[in-house]
Amino acid sequence: MSTKQKKNLARILIAAIMSVALNFVECSGITRFIFYLVPYLVVGYDILLKAFHGIKNLRALDEGLLMTIATLGAMALAVYEDGDYTEAVAVMLFYQIGEWFQSYAVGKSRKNISELMDIRPDYANVETENGLEQVDPDEVEVGTIIVVQPGEKIPIDGVIIEGNSALNTVALTGESLPREVSEGAEVISGSINLNGVLKIRTTKEFGESTASKILELVEDASSRKSKSENFITKFARIYTPAVVICAGALAIIPPIFSGDWSTWIYRALIFLVISCPCALVISIPLSFFAGIGGASREGILIKGSNFLETLSKVKTVVLDKTGTLTQGNFEVDAVHSKNLNFSEKELLHLAAHVERYSTHPIANSLRKAYPNERDDCSVEGVEEIAGRGIRAKINGQIVCVGNEKFMDEIGAKWKACRKVGTIIHVAVDGEYAGHVVISDSLKPHAKEAVAELNCAGVENIFMLTGDSEKIASKVAAEVGIKNYRSELLPADKVTEFEKILSAQKGDSKVAFVGDGINDAPVLSRADVGIAMGALGSDAAIEAADVVLMDDDPLKISKAIKISRKCLAIVKQNIFFAIGIKFLCLILGAVGLANMWAAIFADVGVMILAVLNAIRTLAYSL
Amino acid sequence: MKKTYKIEVDCANCASLMETEAKKTSGVKDAVVNFMTLKMKVEFEDGADPKEVMERVRENCKRVERDCEIFL
Repeated sequence: MSTKQKKNLARILIAAIMSVALNFVECSGITRFIFYLVPYLVVGYDILLKAFHGIKNLRALDEGLLMTIATLGAMALAVYEDGDYTEAVAVMLFYQIGEWFQSYAVGKSRKNISELMDIRPDYANVETENGLEQVDPDEVEVGTIIVVQPGEKIPIDGVIIEGNSALNTVALTGESLPREVSEGAEVISGSINLNGVLKIRTTKEFGESTASKILELVEDASSRKSKSENFITKFARIYTPAVVICAGALAIIPPIFSGDWSTWIYRALIFLVISCPCALVISIPLSFFAGIGGASREGILIKGSNFLETLSKVKTVVLDKTGTLTQGNFEVDAVHSKNLNFSEKELLHLAAHVERYSTHPIANSLRKAYPNERDDCSVEGVEEIAGRGIRAKINGQIVCVGNEKFMDEIGAKWKACRKVGTIIHVAVDGEYAGHVVISDSLKPHAKEAVAELNCAGVENIFMLTGDSEKIASKVAAEVGIKNYRSELLPADKVTEFEKILSAQKGDSKVAFVGDGINDAPVLSRADVGIAMGALGSDAAIEAADVVLMDDDPLKISKAIKISRKCLAIVKQNIFFAIGIKFLCLILGAVGLANMWAAIFADVGVMILAVLNAIRTLAYSL
Repeated sequence: MKKTYKIEVDCANCASLMETEAKKTSGVKDAVVNFMTLKMKVEFEDGADPKEVMERVRENCKRVERDCEIFL
């Protein structure tokens, strides 16, 4: 609680005790008025002053002014009738309770969310002649050597030049398993160094580092307003003046005919109390803020309330294959020897040697499968033949590694493979030796992720890929996707995606999930573009609307579930708050609701709506 | 040039009033107030001195919303 909150709470308590006590005091007339004036002023003096300043500066109607008019009116009526002052005091008292509660709740959730996003580093240790010195990370230049002790946050993105450690990246990715790092590894700011001392050469400025970028993104998210928020702002702009005009009409028109001035003025005052739009104005943005905060704890960054809203309407999800459902790195799946002179190990050995100098992903996977590639075998005359493969002389033998066309050209009788994947054939001295099957493996949660999407109410799931039909159908069958399009060039992906987009009916939206590497055009074309595994990839963070920090496809359905829950709460709040207010207005106009009902319609509804909004933060799936 | 300032304000409506006032202040190109994070992001016009401009912004904000604060 801040000092201001404490002070206001004290005022509320004093005024409440005084008003209750006054019920037991026997007095009348002017003395009674003065007695009741004390708690009224204790609790409401700042509102009165604010209203006065508002009038002086010609400000439009605000809730403070409305409350001032309503309570002063009720006071005046009570003086005129020598009646009940309690209501006037109560309106002011409860209004202040509502304000206090609102400020407390907003402060609390603000604190909760900033704790969730506790990745802002406060300092960086820079090595100087006088030992380590703590400096503001903003002042550290690119290329500086910084030292991160165990337990400290890495302040700036960089490369480890000395030391080993495990890093906790839970605040960044939601992944609770620590990541092992050693010399040469790239590390990102915001992760916590768990055990070893690390020396890091910074590669970015503080402002450009991951932690700063993420914080900026989350903080800016609530300034991109959703439709619901805009609706409420517009609604409030019309609602308040409209109710005030009705109040004016109610106070003047009926009594002209019936003459019962005080009854109708009382009803008009009820209108003024209900006219405050605060329940809506505060609870809707708060729900979105909490939703975005809750999602970021899961490693899901949503760039704006508008995207959260669109995400909740997603009925179709289009997934990219490579990097989204599959790992995106190739691995040797099988080695088939087709010649008795070569064992499978020998085949892999030769293939790895030939690919020694190549940087192609397939070469990397072959070398990875045969880790002791740099042995004392002689590798000479390496020659790369574009679109075919590589030829090299190994221990005196000519070894050709490549595709079917290459084998045909050198006259080796190659055999087809039943396995699905990229087939690398090997021939030694013109004689066919066998082949290596390389494939991209599925992500551990890929199948589950598709099932979860179905559970989350996604009706259509598509998969797009540039790979061959055979590979695409295998992956699609494995993860359980019925609709897929294969052999698409990057430009075809956009066309295919637009077809899916135009097939949508009504208000349903399409999300595209990719790794942001070569699908940026589709990401930006989608209603919601979701980038996977974006940690450290600025391009993906730029292009997408929703960023999944790690590359777990299960997060897609989680993001959709969070958005649906958040929007459900927003809708409840809108209907509930507007409903109660209209009900009380009608009842008030015909004389069935008194000032207490009005207080409930104003403060009670606001408190309930705020409590409901906070529920978004504590979601459970 | 853009700078972010911490602010103190009680209600969402008051925050948007501060935003309007900040935008009107000379030397300010654009301003965004975020009530949820209690931050004011100000984009200054070229050649404007942020310190001096922010003094004026604070003055203007205080005029419309008496108990708001901008931490400079």
